[in-house]
Amino acid sequence: MEILFQQIINGLVLGSMYALVALGYTMVYGIINLINFAHGDVLMVGALVSWTVVTALASLGLPGWVLMLAALVCAILVCTLLNYTIEKIAYRPLRSAPRLAPLITAMGMSLLLQTLAMIIWKPNPKPFPQLLPADPIHLGGAVITVTQIVILVTTVVILGGLLFLVNHTKMGRAMRATAENPRVASLMGVKPDAVISLTFIIGAALAAVAGLMWAANYGTAQHTMGVLPGLKAFTAAVVGGIGNLAGAMVGGVLLGLIEAIGAGYLGDWTGGVLGSHYSDIFAFIALILVLTLRPSGLLGERVADRA
Amino acid sequence: MFQTKSSKLITFLIAGVLLLVLPLFAQQFGNGPVRIIDLALLYVLLALGLNIVVGYAGLLDLGYVAFYAVGAYLFALLNSPHLSENFEHIAAAFPNGLHLPLLLAIALAALLAGLFGVLLGAPTLKLRGDYLAIVTLGFGEIIRVFLNNMEYPLNITNGPRGIGQIDGVHFLGFEFSQSHEILGLSVNSVSMYYYLFLALVIASVLICYRLENSRIGRAWMAIREDEIAAKAMGINTRNMKLLAFGMGATFGGVAGSMFGAFQGFVSPESFSLQESIMIVAMVVLGGIGHIPGVILGALLLAALPEVLRYVAGPLQEMTDGRLDASILRQLLVALAMIVIMLMRPRGLWPSPEHGKSRPLPPGAQPPANAGSAINA
Repeated sequence: MEILFQQIINGLVLGSMYALVALGYTMVYGIINLINFAHGDVLMVGALVSWTVVTALASLGLPGWVLMLAALVCAILVCTLLNYTIEKIAYRPLRSAPRLAPLITAMGMSLLLQTLAMIIWKPNPKPFPQLLPADPIHLGGAVITVTQIVILVTTVVILGGLLFLVNHTKMGRAMRATAENPRVASLMGVKPDAVISLTFIIGAALAAVAGLMWAANYGTAQHTMGVLPGLKAFTAAVVGGIGNLAGAMVGGVLLGLIEAIGAGYLGDWTGGVLGSHYSDIFAFIALILVLTLRPSGLLGERVADRA
Repeated sequence: MFQTKSSKLITFLIAGVLLLVLPLFAQQFGNGPVRIIDLALLYVLLALGLNIVVGYAGLLDLGYVAFYAVGAYLFALLNSPHLSENFEHIAAAFPNGLHLPLLLAIALAALLAGLFGVLLGAPTLKLRGDYLAIVTLGFGEIIRVFLNNMEYPLNITNGPRGIGQIDGVHFLGFEFSQSHEILGLSVNSVSMYYYLFLALVIASVLICYRLENSRIGRAWMAIREDEIAAKAMGINTRNMKLLAFGMGATFGGVAGSMFGAFQGFVSPESFSLQESIMIVAMVVLGGIGHIPGVILGALLLAALPEVLRYVAGPLQEMTDGRLDASILRQLLVALAMIVIMLMRPRGLWPSPEHGKSRPLPPGAQPPANAGSAINA
């Protein structure tokens, strides 16, 4: 029972990070129907920028949360600027090209970001310092760290804010209108290009937050760290129903829980044949199951035909 | 077309002679250049296979490398001492290890990979476009995780350490992994493999051309252009899609088994997601659905970065070791993917446009013989 509780906590923390990244995928996909393969690598850039800021300021003797905030601000700045530029130079010229062309530039962009990060930061993993109090808090047999609590609270606040932005503001209405039909939206005075840029900026900010969280939680940052979270987050977005914000959140949390619980129990269930190192496949098995049973995802209303 | 039959024949003959002489020329510079050409040919084989799935049937498959892996591992298991070392009853039955002849090994690899292709295709039939892309990507990852971990409790894949000591190809008592004297010329092992791979590539190109113009190929393209209309015309879209997956995977399996034989070693590292993306990039960069374009794309992405290794040395010194050959290669591939798509979104050598995708001048009537461009 304690193990289950512990795995649920781990799953929620992991899932909230997936959810943040998944939102970036789902918003971009909802508006321009592009799997932005470089999105996971924006997370990686966020983590490495955070690492640079934290190590550069370490000698000043500032308290941990100040360093964390400074890293967060810098990571968000760099990532939003980066994602805005990527959209402008790599995706915008291809709006009317065959569907595969922007997908390939996105893959190329992902590879490019990883290579540049490798050149700038060198390939070795960077140890990310423990900034918040390291003492674990006991919670009915399970333990949770301060970092994990911060991750959960921040995610809930951000998700709430984003839902409000999209559903109750003028900007959000413009986004929804563009997702529905860019041409009609432009007749109503919405500027689709501006909305798309904004979407990329918001997505990048969320990925930057997730990158810092990832590095702080696992204590390491590296140029390849974005690939797997990126894939899993996209999977989460599809499982939840792509283009649907609430779906991305549900999908992310669900995937985190499935993975953590699966990793904790797989060894017991299979009599030791399959161990926790198989945990990476849960996301994809869940994906195949969900899409076979519900091709539009759990909360998706749009028909799979659109894809 | 503008070429007459005889001038076409002459072009073919010249190309044929050049292709035959190429390794003999290249081996003057050592085995390195020939190895690069060999691997490039394997990529051509892979790209042709993926082109069946993506180019003809329009099913975006990002997990293609899984079939390559299946072929390579099957060949490795059947032609290395690994199974005999780890399983007593196999050692009892085949004390010297199983050493399958070439044709049987290729056939088995093709069969198993094709089976996996159908297995992947079956649950994804309802999915299209990007949904399919992400599911196939997941499938590729699942296979890789299994390859990485299937060493306990039964050691089947030997985990991340991979399987080594794989036999080279032997065909009718002819060893491809040794040098031979042919007509007074000494042809070394890598060049022998070149001829083998070239033969496979030529066979594949022929198969692809025949497929393209067959009822099956036309059915695939109909599905690619408009699935609902294809269904309405009486095409069994389910079977056709499964066939496309199976056929594409078969090519992957053959290429994989040859890769295993050529390298003598397989490990999960060779079958990463990066590799899948690279093969998709080859197909799309070259010109999707167009055989010459696909070959061009594969040769370009496979061979050019290797050539760069020779310029990497000075660059590495200039940049304090930050820009070594592998990083430079990755940088170049990434830039190529972005720049080529931005400049030529339909690929470097696209197929002649036809049907829905053919751009019409404003106000023009569609030409009466629009469909016949497929034959050109």
